Amino acid sequence: MAEPPLSQLLPEDAIATGVEAADWRAAIRAAGELLAATGATTDDYIGEMHAAVEEYGPYIVIAPGLALAHSRPSPAVLRTGLSWAGLKSPVSFGHSTNDPVRLVIGLAAVDHDGHSSALSRLARLLSDPGRRERLTGATGAAEIHHTISEYETSEDT
Amino acid sequence: MRILAVCGMGIGTSIMLKGNAEKAARDLGLDADVEVADIGTARGAATTADVVLTSGELAAEIGDVGIPVVVVDNFVDGDEVRRKLSTAIGR
Repeated sequence: MAEPPLSQLLPEDAIATGVEAADWRAAIRAAGELLAATGATTDDYIGEMHAAVEEYGPYIVIAPGLALAHSRPSPAVLRTGLSWAGLKSPVSFGHSTNDPVRLVIGLAAVDHDGHSSALSRLARLLSDPGRRERLTGATGAAEIHHTISEYETSEDT
Repeated sequence: MRILAVCGMGIGTSIMLKGNAEKAARDLGLDADVEVADIGTARGAATTADVVLTSGELAAEIGDVGIPVVVVDNFVDGDEVRRKLSTAIGR
């Protein structure tokens, strides 16, 4: 089965900026609420993402300022999807090199590899300093979604 | 060679790492397969791998598996992955 493109797994409605979060739990909750609001998960997935950090530590902070909040495939995951919560003020996750976090990407997956090309593409996009700056500096969901769609088109052509 | 990318659940971080590790291997001229594993299966999967890539916290949990365990701080930084992989395998 063909994998949905990144711009579809991360719809504009799953993107928020200027999110107020007092701590890492609130930041993950914000990303989880976007997943639930767009039909990727139920609200139970938020607790599962919290539990993953409690179990494995803050390793989900995969790059300076960036957390990839996720848990395992579970009944709380309705379909594979991503969300984007840009925080108004950075919060600490307790990571030794990558704190504080300004952006939480939420990931819900129904299996282990149905989202791998989209996620690899997101990694490439975020590893490009110019594009990342444009994304983190964007003030609205439409601008972020547009930048991602544009990048996807540029890679595909 | 076989490169093993390890994360807690095997669906997120390790996949982010996989793309960069594949690119790093190509840049270093290696004929490499990159596989992903979660922390629960990492020690077993490491027995047939040549090098492990993971985060600092999970590296401590994996412990000594007889092959280099490379700690990556920034999973989306291709330069860091290439530099550390190169050092670990002496290329």
